[in-house]
Amino acid sequence: MLKELRIAGFGGQGVILAAHILGRAVSIHEGGYATMTQNYGPEARGGAASAALVVSDQPVLYPYAVSLDVLVAMSSEAYTRFVPEVREGGMLLVEEDLVPLDQKAQHLRVYGIPATRLAEELGKKMVLNVIMVGFFCAITGIVVRDAAMKSVKDAVPARFLDLNLKAFERGYEYGVELLAKGPAKGEQQMAVPQEAEV
Amino acid sequence: MSTTELHVHNPVEDLLRQDRVPTIWCPGCGIGTTVNSFAHALLGQQINLQKTAIVSGIGCSGRVSGYMNLDSFHTTHGRAIPFATGLKLANPELTVIVYSGDGDLTSIGGNHLIHAARRNMDIMVVCVNNMIYAMTGGQAAATTPGASNSTTTPYGAFEPELNMAQLVDAAGACFVARWTAFHVMQLERTMAKALKKKGFRFIEILSPCPTYYQRKNNMGDALAAMVDYKKRSKIKNGCPTWETALEPGGEIVVGEFVDREREDYLTRMRRQLGSHYSEFPPQPEEQESEGCEKEC
Amino acid sequence: MKADQRCVMTGTHFINGDAACCEGALSAGARFAAGYPITPSTEIVERFAARAPQVGGLFIQMEDELASSIAIQGMVWGGQKSFTVTSGPGYSLMMEHIGLAAISETPCVFVDVQRGGPSTGLPTLPAQGDMMQARFGSHGDYVTIAICPNSPQECYDLTVKCFNLAEKFRVPVMFMMDECVGHMTEKVVIPPAEEIDLYPRRHASKPPGEFQLFEAGEELVPEMAHAGEGYKLYVTGLTHDKRGYPALNPAAQRELVGRLFEKIRRAQDELTMVEAEGLEDADVVVVSYGITSRVAQKAIQAARDKGLKVGKLRLICVWPFPEKLIRELAGKVKALVMPELNMGQVVLELERCAGGQCKVIGVPHPGGTVHKPVEILEAIERGAR
Ligand SMILES: Cc1ncc(C[n+]2csc(CCOP(=O)(O)OP(=O)(O)O)c2C)c(N)n1
Ligand code: SF4
Ligand SMILES: [Mg+2]
Repeated sequence: MLKELRIAGFGGQGVILAAHILGRAVSIHEGGYATMTQNYGPEARGGAASAALVVSDQPVLYPYAVSLDVLVAMSSEAYTRFVPEVREGGMLLVEEDLVPLDQKAQHLRVYGIPATRLAEELGKKMVLNVIMVGFFCAITGIVVRDAAMKSVKDAVPARFLDLNLKAFERGYEYGVELLAKGPAKGEQQMAVPQEAEV
Repeated sequence: MSTTELHVHNPVEDLLRQDRVPTIWCPGCGIGTTVNSFAHALLGQQINLQKTAIVSGIGCSGRVSGYMNLDSFHTTHGRAIPFATGLKLANPELTVIVYSGDGDLTSIGGNHLIHAARRNMDIMVVCVNNMIYAMTGGQAAATTPGASNSTTTPYGAFEPELNMAQLVDAAGACFVARWTAFHVMQLERTMAKALKKKGFRFIEILSPCPTYYQRKNNMGDALAAMVDYKKRSKIKNGCPTWETALEPGGEIVVGEFVDREREDYLTRMRRQLGSHYSEFPPQPEEQESEGCEKEC
Repeated sequence: MKADQRCVMTGTHFINGDAACCEGALSAGARFAAGYPITPSTEIVERFAARAPQVGGLFIQMEDELASSIAIQGMVWGGQKSFTVTSGPGYSLMMEHIGLAAISETPCVFVDVQRGGPSTGLPTLPAQGDMMQARFGSHGDYVTIAICPNSPQECYDLTVKCFNLAEKFRVPVMFMMDECVGHMTEKVVIPPAEEIDLYPRRHASKPPGEFQLFEAGEELVPEMAHAGEGYKLYVTGLTHDKRGYPALNPAAQRELVGRLFEKIRRAQDELTMVEAEGLEDADVVVVSYGITSRVAQKAIQAARDKGLKVGKLRLICVWPFPEKLIRELAGKVKALVMPELNMGQVVLELERCAGGQCKVIGVPHPGGTVHKPVEILEAIERGAR
C-alpha cells in the first residue's frame, strides 16, 4: 500500500500542520511510514501553502508525490494548480465554499466540506485544518481515526486541545454522514460542471 | 628580509618564546617596539597569563602571536577577529587579544572589525599600522596615505586612506586609541588600561616599515620615521574621531579618543536570555515533550 | 563516553532533516555554533539558536561564512564542540577555513545542505553538486571525511557520527546533506543518552612542559589542549613542527602533510561505511549516496522485477572513497552504475577505482529534483547487456 497525498491552500489555513498531523499519525501512531515534503521558495510565497505526503506500510523510497491519490484543496488556486497531479480516479477533497470546481475534476471522486464555516461555528476559524483532517480520515480511511486524534494531541498546545479534538470530531462526522447518504463509489458528491464556466 | 634580535630583556623575556628568537622582523621595524610596550603592559597589570590568548591574522604584524609566550593562534588573513570571537564565547574566562596588521584587520578583515565593534565583543584589538602590505612586499593597503607609492600604486595611490579610529568608533567600540611607535610609554599605559576594560577595545599604532613603506616613499630609515612621528604627532585625548584623519604629511592625532561604557556581547546575551539561559541544562523530563509546536 | 541526557531530546519525533541534524549536534555535545543564514540550511541554526541557550550553549550569527567557519575553530580551541551550517554559496566562502581546520587538526563539523548551483543557482531545490568541493575545495593537499545521509533519521544519527569522527581523527568532517533530506519530514527516533556513544576529545595526557601539541602517537592523531589550560599553545596555519612552530621547509611539509593523509588512509576500513545488498551474484551494482540512493533503490526493485541481477551499494561515507571495496567489486560485475545529482563528480572516482575492470555508467542530473527511477533503470539495463 502506498498513497500519495497533497494538502494545499493558502497561508494561515494551517495546511502544513494538517499534513504534519497526518504524517505523524501514520509514522508514529500507526507504525507505518510517512514522508512529508513542502514547497519552498518563490512558489511558496504570495500566500500559497502546500505539503505532500507519501504514506506506506513499507519504507518510502521516492520522496515526492507525483501521482496523487488524494488532493485536499483548500483554496481555488490550490485546486487549479494541483488538480492536474491527481491520478485518474483519485480523490479530491475540497473546502467547498472556497473551491469552485470545473471540468478538471470530472474524472475524480469529489467530496466537499464547508470547513471554514464549521470552524467558525466552533468558535475559532483557526481549527479548519483539523476539521479537514477529521474529514480526510472519514472519507479516505487512509489514516486511522485514533491515530489521527493522538497526533492532534501531540501537535496542538494544551490549551487548545479540546477545541481541536472537537474540530476533528466535527470533520469526521461530516465525512461519515456524507458517505452514508452519498451515492455509490466512483460518483461525485459534488456537482461538477460539465463545461468550463469561465 | 634580514633578521634581528628583539631588543627586550627581563622580565619581559618570560613573555616571549625565547626558542623562537630571532624574529623575522627587519632591523628598524616598529612591530617589535610595539610588542615591547605590550609585554610591559601585560606584566604591569598582573593579568593571569595562563588565561590570556593572542590571535593574529597573516602579515609581518600577524607574526606577533607566535612570539608571545601565551596561547598563540596564527589564523588566516583577515580572520583573526572571528576566531577570537569564537574563542572568547567558548571560554569567557579568557582575556583575548587580537594583534595584527592594518591590511589584515581593515582591508580583507574590515567587515569582521566592524561587526566585532558593533557587537562590543569583549576582545582587545591591536592594529600595527605600517600603512602598507609589508609581508607580501609593499603593496597598497586601505590605510596607505593618498598619493603614496607602493608596488601596486607606482604612480601613487589614488584612493583616500581609511581612518580606522573613526570606523570602529562609529561601529560601537568602547575604547579607541592611537599612538605611534615613538610613544612607547604612552602606548604601554594605554594598553594596560585597555587590558582591564571590558568590551571591544581598539588600539592603532603607527609603525615604521623601513623595508617597504619608508623606502618606497623616500622617507629614510626607522630613525627618520621616529623623528617624523615626533614632529607630526599631536596628543589630543578625547578628540572626536572624525577629527583624527591621517592626512599625508599632515598632523598625526594621537591619544585615547574614546573610552565609554557599553554592555558587551556576552553580558547583554545573558541579560536578555534571562531564564531562557541555563547554566546547568534542564533535566530530561522537561525536555522530552513531544509537542511539535516548534517543529512545524 | 555517553551523551549527556540533558542535551538529548529522547523520543519519537516527526521532524525534518534540518531539525534532526540540529538535534544530532546537540546529542553529540555540540552546544556552540556559528553560522550565516542560507536556504536550505537555515532551519538548522534557527532551531539551534532556540535550543542552545537551554543547555548553556549559544549560537552566534556571524557577518558571513568566512567568519562562521573560523569562529567555530575558535570555539573548539576554547574547549567546546562546535559546527557551522551552510549551503552552496556559503560553502564556497568557507573553503579557506576547511584548510585551516585540516592543517591545525581542529575537530569540527561543516554541514552543507546542498542545493542547485553554480552560484545562487536553485536555493530551494536539491543537488549533490558540492561533492568534489567537499573533497578538494580548499587549496593544498589535505583529506577530509564526507558523510551523506538519505533520511531525517540519518540526519540525526550521522550528525552524531560526524562529531565522533571529527574527534577521533581530528579532521574537519563534511556532512553533505541536500535540500531534499533537509526539508523532508519523517519519523526520527532519538534514543536515550545512555545509548549514544561519543568519542571524547583527545585531550593532552601530559602536563604543560612535557606536552607537544602536534606530537602524534601510534594512530598518528595528536592530542590537543585548550586555551587557558596553561599549555601555551601555538596553533598556526603554516606548516609546523611537533611543537606547532612554523617550519617552512620541505622536510617539515613532508612529515606534516604525510601524516595528515596517512592518519585517514590507515583508517580506510573503519571509514568504509556502506549499505550493501545483493552484491554476491549481481551483474550490475548501483552505487549511490544521499537522497539519490532512495531513488536508486526503486530502480533496483524495478530491474529485479524484470529478472536482472542487481546489487545495491550505498556510500554513507563518500570521502575517503571506499577504494578497496570498489576495486574488488569491479572485478566481479559487468557494470557499476552511479546516479548522482550533479553532472558527474563522484563517478570519476568510481571509474578510477574500477580501473577498467567493468563498465562504469554515470547517470548525471543537474539537480533541482531527484532522478526519475526509470532513468536509473535504463542505465542498469544498459549495464546488464
Ligand atoms: C586570502 C589571502 N589573501 C592574500 C594573502 C597574502 N597576504 C599575506 S599578508 C598580506 C598583507 C598583510 O598586510 P598587513 O596586514 O598590513 O600586515 P603587515 O605585513 O603590513 O604587517 C597579504 C595580502 C593571504 N595570506 N591570504
Ligand atoms: S617588511 Fe616592514 S613590517 Fe615587515 S618586518 Fe620588515 S620592516 Fe617590519
Ligand atoms: Mg601593514
